[in-house]
Amino acid sequence: MAHIELKGITKVFGNHAALKNMNIDIADGEFFVLLGQTGAGKTTTLRLIAGLEKPTAGQIFIDGQDVADWGAAERDVALVLQQYSLYPRYTVRENLEFPLKSRIRRVEPAEIKERVDRVAKTLRIEHLLDRKTDRLSGGEMQRVSIGRAIVRKPRVFLMDEPLSALDAKLREALRTELKNLQMNLGATFLFVTHDQIEAMSMGDKIGVLNHGHLVQTGTPQEIYQNPVNTFVARAVGSPPMNLIAGTLAGGEAVASEGCRLPLGNGPATATDGRPLFFGIRPEDLYLDSGAPGEARVHDVENHGVEKIVTLRTSNRELLQATVPARTELEIDEPVRFSWNPEKVVLFDGNSGMSLRHMG
Amino acid sequence: MATAVMTSLDTKSRAASRGMSDIRIRNLFIIPTILFLIVFNIFPLIYSLGYSFTDFRASSNAPANFVGLQNYRELLNDPFIWSNFAITAKYVIVSVTGQVIVGFGTAMLLNRDIPLKGLLTTLLLLPMMLSMAVVGLFWKLLYDPSFGIINYSLGLGSFEWLSNPDMALYAVAITDIWMWSPFVMLLSLAGLSAVPKHLYEAAAIDRAGPFYTFFRITLPLVAPILMIAIIFRTMEAFKTFDLAYILTSQPTTEVISIRLYKMAFQEWQTGRSCALAYIVLIMVLAITNIYVKYLNKVKER
Repeated sequence: MAHIELKGITKVFGNHAALKNMNIDIADGEFFVLLGQTGAGKTTTLRLIAGLEKPTAGQIFIDGQDVADWGAAERDVALVLQQYSLYPRYTVRENLEFPLKSRIRRVEPAEIKERVDRVAKTLRIEHLLDRKTDRLSGGEMQRVSIGRAIVRKPRVFLMDEPLSALDAKLREALRTELKNLQMNLGATFLFVTHDQIEAMSMGDKIGVLNHGHLVQTGTPQEIYQNPVNTFVARAVGSPPMNLIAGTLAGGEAVASEGCRLPLGNGPATATDGRPLFFGIRPEDLYLDSGAPGEARVHDVENHGVEKIVTLRTSNRELLQATVPARTELEIDEPVRFSWNPEKVVLFDGNSGMSLRHMG
Repeated sequence: MATAVMTSLDTKSRAASRGMSDIRIRNLFIIPTILFLIVFNIFPLIYSLGYSFTDFRASSNAPANFVGLQNYRELLNDPFIWSNFAITAKYVIVSVTGQVIVGFGTAMLLNRDIPLKGLLTTLLLLPMMLSMAVVGLFWKLLYDPSFGIINYSLGLGSFEWLSNPDMALYAVAITDIWMWSPFVMLLSLAGLSAVPKHLYEAAAIDRAGPFYTFFRITLPLVAPILMIAIIFRTMEAFKTFDLAYILTSQPTTEVISIRLYKMAFQEWQTGRSCALAYIVLIMVLAITNIYVKYLNKVKER
């Protein structure tokens, strides 16, 4: 198991910079999730750590050692790719044995068998061991490729959206399986995804990537409650955080469409009149007949346990709020809303930075 | 799909206005080809089968007498014929093995990002496009003991490539390897570039060494297409004639097709040479069948 550190990593492809001066510190035994959209540089980060690409600038340390000159084999990482990359023409067992049979490793045949059997049991693919890989379903293939990673006991697990090609049910099941696996093995995981639910539910720590910049790292809780800027606020959480444009006036928030909402003492560090965004999570926005905010119901999504209501304010801004499932609402019905003043996050109106993080 | 091919004739077309139906047009295209095949391939094939049971000589006016299986019996009991077969077998093994090693090796070298890859590949394919006779005459000059460039550049003095009975067959094989390795290279290159790159990355991550990766990933995936190249080259090498005939006239290079040629057109034993041709045909068919069976097995894996 290992501790990984990236220092000032920059990677340029042609004239496109995939990663810009990135610093990440992944503690031993941590489940670290890199979250970002397509093209944000997630896969590039994994490939750099795995040794499949060389950084343009910066250093990578595994357990404190600079691994710049190490090949993929020496780094002793396991990489699970989105496209499975199982070896064709071999059975599941042969695929699982592959990393152990290499000359460099010299594992006894008895031990190979024992380790393959144990991994197959963990991933519940024992019944597939003698099957050819082209006769497996997507979920089975992905489990085999995860199996091929763990059979080796590598220092680090790198996973490149391993679940994104699977259907929803299976994805949920494997999500739990992977998280359990990581806890049982006590291994360092670097998991890449564009799915914020995966990030929130699996990660000990999340790093949010935007166009090659690591915008924020922190526990899922920190990222969720205290996003560093409006990008993170919108990227994490489903539905995303509401951003209401407005200014401060006498300790109250004045939204641009005119309504005044109360603010707690905590975030009131900004001066009056400065353009701001008020960030509020949907679950902290509530409907109340006596509340100051005015809006009409734009849309209602019933999720069973709750309803997500989209509100349309007088200047056609859309806000989302979660309400209990029993709340009956009609489309275009006028409602009044307010928020939990303690939970409001203030962002600078120009830079989008959170005022708390700007200090 | 079949309906797309069998569309009927456009009623406004010129052919339709001349009163031709689509079946008639189809026949117009196919019948000449079939006639050509019958006259030049199938008829001689059957006719020569008939001759192979006679003592017919094309050089005399004597009528052909039916002799039954005598030609076959004598040919198969003739130690000289067997030595011709042995020479052919040796030639096939040396030449095809050489072509696979050189061709596959070149393909491995070319299967990466190198500057001028396209130009390089095209240039390497040139020998394959030359005429056999031209290649034979050229290499005869290259092999020349007194002024040949091969002896000059290798510093072999006046080493005799073609007049040395032990060396001549290898010299012919080397020429064949030079000429046909590009063919194996071309097919191998197609196979190699079809191996997904992420498999190599996965193997690198799995800490497989270069040899292990080659034997466990590259070779199994390229094997079917390489097999096809080997089938083609074996068949060609088995019936090789021009190269060996032009380069040398050593008895040690008398492959079966040269023997056949001499038997038919120098000794005028037409009936017997027909029988020999049939023996060769059956052998080539048998060998090809073994390969095809093996190819199917490789594909299944």
